[in-house]
Amino acid sequence: MSEHRIKTVFRLLWRDKFAFVAAIILTLTVFSALFGPWLLGRSATMMNLRARNAPPFDLSKGFEYILGADSLGRSILARVLFASQTTIMIAAAAVICSLVIGTLLGLIAGYRGGLVGEAIMRVTDIVMSFPSLLLALVVLYVFSPAITNVIIVLAITRVPIYLRTTRAEVMEIRSRMFVIAAEVTGASTFRLVFKHILPIVAPTLITIMTLDFAFVMLAEASLSFLGLGVQAPNVTWGVMVAEGRAYLSTAWWLSFWPGLAIALVTMSLNLVSNWLRIATDPVQRWRLEKPEDKNV
Amino acid sequence: MGIYLSKRAIWSGLSLFLLVVMVFFMARLTGSPADLYLPIDAPTSMREEFSRLHGFDQPVYVQFFDFLRGLVTLDFGQSLRQGRPALALVLEAMPTTLLLALWSITAALMIAIVTGALAAWRPNSVFDRIATLLSLIGASLPNFWIAIVGVLVFAVGLRLVPTSGTGSVSQWILPVAVLAIRPCGLLVQVARSSMISVLSSAYVKTARAKGARGRRIIFVHALRNAMLPVVTVAGDQAAGIINGAVIVETIFGFPGIGKLMIDSITYRDFAVIQAGVMVTAIAIFMLNVGIDIVYAVLDPRIRVN
Repeated sequence: MSEHRIKTVFRLLWRDKFAFVAAIILTLTVFSALFGPWLLGRSATMMNLRARNAPPFDLSKGFEYILGADSLGRSILARVLFASQTTIMIAAAAVICSLVIGTLLGLIAGYRGGLVGEAIMRVTDIVMSFPSLLLALVVLYVFSPAITNVIIVLAITRVPIYLRTTRAEVMEIRSRMFVIAAEVTGASTFRLVFKHILPIVAPTLITIMTLDFAFVMLAEASLSFLGLGVQAPNVTWGVMVAEGRAYLSTAWWLSFWPGLAIALVTMSLNLVSNWLRIATDPVQRWRLEKPEDKNV
Repeated sequence: MGIYLSKRAIWSGLSLFLLVVMVFFMARLTGSPADLYLPIDAPTSMREEFSRLHGFDQPVYVQFFDFLRGLVTLDFGQSLRQGRPALALVLEAMPTTLLLALWSITAALMIAIVTGALAAWRPNSVFDRIATLLSLIGASLPNFWIAIVGVLVFAVGLRLVPTSGTGSVSQWILPVAVLAIRPCGLLVQVARSSMISVLSSAYVKTARAKGARGRRIIFVHALRNAMLPVVTVAGDQAAGIINGAVIVETIFGFPGIGKLMIDSITYRDFAVIQAGVMVTAIAIFMLNVGIDIVYAVLDPRIRVN
């Protein structure tokens, strides 16, 4: 990407103040997910029994207790930053898995069709016809709730979204002139699908991905909250909320801060995907370029 | 209509059957319930007796055919935990969840339609911006966190409503509000954008040219057409509401289907899990058909097929 294009992106982002703040929050989250455990691993696991359930905004025990401490006297701020790695890693892995599987199956169902396509769509209907959380709970109870199983379950429940989108788009694109032209000139099926059709579907899939990332994060947090997701000693924001539930009436900050972290990140993802949809759409882009002019 | 319904019923029946087969075999993978229900020092003879009594000593395929035979006569077997028919337990829990879902989606729809329509009337106005931001926040907040903060603020802090239970009306306020927030946020956005596009259509311009007042244009002329996407998304949210109900019922101690399922999963109560999956799936199927019919009523151009 040239310097000019980076500047354009930045300018468009700056025009939408909410999206700008959201982008900063997401950058910080990614930073803490990458470096948090490395920088704060010690203070996130260090117990301090004198600071048990220490209240927030009290600096007498040092700056790291600004958000309070949990029942073992561990700094909540450090733990929230520490937990961001597992939280983000699980969501990212699940989204990438469902994206890859969903897109491949969608390409097959859309391009090939026939009996295979029909079978794929029917299985998708089953997955979609049932509340994903209940399905995940049943599956996670059968297979022990380890991190990999959580990722697999979350990925399975999200595959239909990508699959249906890809299939619908492929069915439309494959009848376009340039695809037929490529077919006539003797392009292989592989080349047709991956060189000609996939690049046109990709932007839609990426927009769905940002939204889905938020959804998967919420789903993981719900599962962990119900005790069937990630298990201690692994820690995600959902696990932290669940741990704090027992102290709700005496120490609200145990559940409040990790929950706020989830809320902030999902909200930022929604804002950024909203901005992305407008910024990548030539028809709507003027909204970002001329925000002062109210009459348009 | 008849052809449509029967075709749809056949496909759903097939999906349902596959789902139940899947749940049946997966539930059997978790290990024997004898280990969970009997004390750890129970003698082998006692374990065998327990297995024989509940049919767990039979080969899996025999258990499966017994299960299928029961299915035809709507007999899902006995709940291990409570010693009562599984179907009865599920049907007892169902009304609570349905009522919870119904109130939540009604509240969400009403708030969303009015807010969305008013926001669409003047896009980019102060009201529109506030409504858009709030709806975005509502759509991104985690259910359980809203529930926890709600309990903290309204039950523990202000003591306005009780923390849990289902006895009185006031105990329903918080769960319904928690469950309604997410769908409401999404629906406001859908209602707003669909209203904006309807308001720019020719027949609305005609109504405006005739001199119809603003409120009349929104609520009489435009609303009916703008409702279509809202109804679609509201229907998609139904499964999501059941998801949310699992969490809300756990937090607020509601004896609904979500809590029943979680308890049954924890106690390996096979029969109840199967009955619960079956009944939930049927309920969602009926709801989807219902939405299709509402759709046809709202827009006569759509033929159900």
